[in-house]
Amino acid sequence: MITPPNFPPPGSASDPPVVEVGHSRLRLLIARTRLALHSFRAGWSIFMESRIGVLSLVIIGVFAIMAVAHPILMLTIWDAETYDPVTGYAFDQVDQPSAPSWRHPLGTDPLGRDVLSQLLWSTRSEFVLGITAALVTVAIATTVGAVSAYYGGLVDVFFMRLADLIIALPGISLLIVLSALFKLNLFYLALVIGILGGFGGTAIILKSQALSIKVKPYIEAARVAGGGHFHIIFVHIIPNLLPLSLLYMMFTVTSAIFAEAVLSFLGLLDLRMSWGIMIHTANTGGYLMGGTRYWWLVVPAGASITLLCSAFYLGGRALDEVVNPRLRRRHD
Amino acid sequence: MTASAAVPVLRVVDLSLRYLTRGGEVKAVQDVNFELAQGEALGLVGESGCGKTSVANCLMRLLPDNAQLVAGQVFLDGQDILPLSEDQIREYRWQRIAMVFQAAMNALDPVYKVGQQVVEAIEAHGVEPTLSLARERVAGLFRMVGLDPALMDRYPHEFSGGMRQRAVIAMALACDPRVIIADEPTTALDVIVQDRILRELKGIQQRLHMAIIYISHDIAVVAEVTDRIGVMYAGRLVEYGPTAAVFRAPLHPYTAALMGSFPSIAGEKRVLANLSGEPPNLIDPPSGCPFHPRCLHATDVCRQEIPPRVERGDQWADCWHPLEAAPALEPADNGGT
Amino acid sequence: MEANQPHTPPAAAEGLVSVSGLTRQFPVGRSLFRRATSFIHAVDDVSFQLNAGDSLGLVGESGCGKTTVGKLLVKLLEPTSGRITYRLPGLDGAAGQENAPLEASAIIGRQLRTFRRQVQMIFQDPYESMNPRRTIYDTIAEPLAVQGMGTVLDRVDMVSEILMLVGLTPPATFLFRHPHELSGGQRQRVAIARALVVEPAFVVADEPTSMLDVSSRTGIMNLMQQLAHGLGIAYLYVTHDLAVARYMCHRIAVMYLGKIVELAETEELLRNPLHPYTRALLSAVPVPNPEYRREPPSIVGDLTAPIDPPERCRFFDRCPLATHYCRDNPHPAFEEKAPGHWVACYEV
Ligand SMILES: Nc1ncnc2c1ncn2[C@@H]1O[C@H](COP(=O)(O)OP(=O)(O)OP(=O)(O)O)[C@@H](O)[C@H]1O
Ligand SMILES: Nc1ncnc2c1ncn2[C@@H]1O[C@H](COP(=O)(O)OP(=O)(O)OP(=O)(O)O)[C@@H](O)[C@H]1O
Ligand code: SF4
Ligand code: SF4
Ligand SMILES: [Mg+2]
Ligand SMILES: [Mg+2]
Repeated sequence: MITPPNFPPPGSASDPPVVEVGHSRLRLLIARTRLALHSFRAGWSIFMESRIGVLSLVIIGVFAIMAVAHPILMLTIWDAETYDPVTGYAFDQVDQPSAPSWRHPLGTDPLGRDVLSQLLWSTRSEFVLGITAALVTVAIATTVGAVSAYYGGLVDVFFMRLADLIIALPGISLLIVLSALFKLNLFYLALVIGILGGFGGTAIILKSQALSIKVKPYIEAARVAGGGHFHIIFVHIIPNLLPLSLLYMMFTVTSAIFAEAVLSFLGLLDLRMSWGIMIHTANTGGYLMGGTRYWWLVVPAGASITLLCSAFYLGGRALDEVVNPRLRRRHD
Repeated sequence: MTASAAVPVLRVVDLSLRYLTRGGEVKAVQDVNFELAQGEALGLVGESGCGKTSVANCLMRLLPDNAQLVAGQVFLDGQDILPLSEDQIREYRWQRIAMVFQAAMNALDPVYKVGQQVVEAIEAHGVEPTLSLARERVAGLFRMVGLDPALMDRYPHEFSGGMRQRAVIAMALACDPRVIIADEPTTALDVIVQDRILRELKGIQQRLHMAIIYISHDIAVVAEVTDRIGVMYAGRLVEYGPTAAVFRAPLHPYTAALMGSFPSIAGEKRVLANLSGEPPNLIDPPSGCPFHPRCLHATDVCRQEIPPRVERGDQWADCWHPLEAAPALEPADNGGT
Repeated sequence: MEANQPHTPPAAAEGLVSVSGLTRQFPVGRSLFRRATSFIHAVDDVSFQLNAGDSLGLVGESGCGKTTVGKLLVKLLEPTSGRITYRLPGLDGAAGQENAPLEASAIIGRQLRTFRRQVQMIFQDPYESMNPRRTIYDTIAEPLAVQGMGTVLDRVDMVSEILMLVGLTPPATFLFRHPHELSGGQRQRVAIARALVVEPAFVVADEPTSMLDVSSRTGIMNLMQQLAHGLGIAYLYVTHDLAVARYMCHRIAVMYLGKIVELAETEELLRNPLHPYTRALLSAVPVPNPEYRREPPSIVGDLTAPIDPPERCRFFDRCPLATHYCRDNPHPAFEEKAPGHWVACYEV
């Protein structure tokens, strides 16, 4: 006999709302919304309990505020001539790059542009890049993983060999070659990273998860109920993959931001401005050699890359706890 | 039946245990009392989660970190083992009292040979001075539980479920304990294997004149192999007595319901009693008699006050309205002694 | 197999479900580069039939092929050989006429839809047979939804009704819970509700109580019986517990390593077991009565896996009655030794 798992005592926070069954579509909709809210709240409370989850949220929040702050600042107290991240020039400073001052809290770069403005402007593109890449990866990887696990056979062999191939190619160098061949802008970069991730390692991980879902008795139960292939893949396998997908989405954001930084540093991307380009500019001017003297050229961008990457990574780990029932059970 | 007047090897007095969890205190064992004489077999039965394993863990003094002994004494050969230090308890555990754990057949270490694992258990307690003597002893133990001693040098995965369970029993017997606790020793096994293992265990127990505690949710197994039976509900021992007497005429409504709900291949086919409702939540157990939400005989006094103990010969139960001697349940009427 | 074609129980064409010579093998140690050379004979030449409203218990030790038979009957697995014919309401026969016997292999497309409505299965494990992310409503309504039965609102009503029928009341408090918010017994009730919501004619119940505690077990057994009687459902009840089978079934079939060795009315089988394996099995079942003394079962050795079994009685190695004749001849034919009492053994 298997001992049933411990159920939370009645009346605890995880008791589901009692849903009145009415005879209207609206009632049903309301009931479902309340239910969704309920499970969201349950997940949220677990997420908020993990310190790293909160930390990552705070960091991501700060960066989001930074991203929003730039256009507001440009509209209010910053004039375009001085503060534009690409074309601006700090006429008020004699030497370029100039050290942090009241007017330029993070100093200026070798071309006389305000570092803070560059930093804030780039934040938005990093978000766009990261999230686009992540969405593309997850959409592809989830479908590929579910389909090749479910059908097996040749479909599976094809996708898995493709994934092996992509893994075997060193990612960054492939991106370097691609960016040398094509002019990669932010969107194409996101797409390329997303596709490589989606058909690559993430697909393998999601497939192995999908395989373990495929052999669950509830899949057989669905077949006995009369569910077809499409029904089983989209109603049973993919929803059970989504938590893991979400996790890998977080990790993809990290790798996309990191890849952008490396490519920009090498000057291979067709971007106006980014954290990588900021470091690139400092490097081509030879300012990286001077020890910590010109720290404001490197530290803000470098720290931002590190912080945002780790925030998404840590967020992923915290999500892991929400979506992984094995870890979650410990809380009971 | 063995003489229960003999000096008890094991005496449990007012034992209470709880587990501290985030949800609150789980009152897993409450005021449990019983005695076990040399050579006697006791069965502990009850639904899942009623605290059977927890009682066994107290007797072995093997408690998880979040467990807290609230009160009680456990006398083994007259010595209370609960206050002993970890070093002192080692002299008792496995040598005076041993346990076959629930799902133990999965507990053999897959990377060591089965015989080796038993040899190590013997060496750890210094029962045999030399390795060859220890191996000889293991061979003897294997023979005793019905395993070919040649199997000593095999790995656990080469054993069937029944063979693994025998090996685990051999391990529990390794240091000649006076009391053995068998926690669901045959639950995962097929009936034919179960039958063999139970017969072997019973034979060994009678030969070595050991005391044994069978823990099971299967009252049919307990009916066959024990002299005394203790019925647990919500952490409490609610009925206790000679197995035959309890089966013939249970005093406690829960015991009767449990027995009435068990299908049997012998005797007339009768309607199975529905034991409706769920086992209680041990964090916040019902007031008064813990069985009252499911009891057909419950009255207001049951809901408010802890029931008193009623006795009938050697048998007792905690209940406000004990059942009459004329049993609600006709025992299957064939065979007989 | 060809040596001893079984005598199919009579009136095979009449049955709701008729099985004859059903065989299923699983390859052992097959890989991408290696073809399997040996096979597990999980189900070997099994024949029986079930009429409307009938209940048959399939009993045997772990690994003897009970679940495989069940899965073959609901078309979750394809047989290696043998025939299953159904005679189900709404299922057109081979000749196109209504309600004529139809072979399992011919059930495809539209017929398969009807089949899925008429034949359902309750799975062994109430913890794993429900998608943890779907609500109880979703789970029970799934067969209705995929088969397009009723509108969303009808389905809510149908699900509420069936929840009441299986004793989960009030339904409103259960509809939108998730499986992990239910106890094992409640989950098994949901599993039953899901199988019955389409009003099937035949249900395979694969050890529906083996993972449940005593308290929930009786409830589920009584519920299944009431429902089956009330709705006139025929079922195959798979279990390893003879005592449970006694309470659930009109007839019992005893399986040993892929073969049915004995089949009879329940009480007849218990009173008058003929096959030596059935006798051993019966005498190994503990009886909840301390005054009852059982004889030890006469059987030797341990259960093996049916990997490429030799061409003789499957039970030969463990049989207390085995003779030279048994050793030198193929597995005995399944014969009717007394009215309705079928046995496969040379010595009875
Ligand atoms: N380490 C622990 N921490 C918290 N609660 C526990 C712990 N161990 C057991 N419990 C709880 O204590 C109660 C008694 O558990 P116990 O294992 O003694 O039951 P049991 O009668 O052996 O059940 P089963 O038949 O399922 O083995 C249960 O409600 C269980 O959930
Ligand atoms: N998909 C499969 N692939 C390979 N072997 C299988 C498969 N399914 C079952 N088997 C084998 O077929 C035999 C019969 O299995 P089955 O699950 O039908 O047994 P069972 O009687 O239901 O046992 P249990 O009581 O343990 O559920 C076993 O030896 C099993 O290992
Ligand atoms: S005390 Fe009352 S509620 Fe408890 S078992 Fe006895 S009659 Fe039932
Ligand atoms: S045929 Fe022979 S070996 Fe097989 S069960 Fe009968 S007596 Fe035993
Ligand atoms: Mg236990
Ligand atoms: Mg099975």
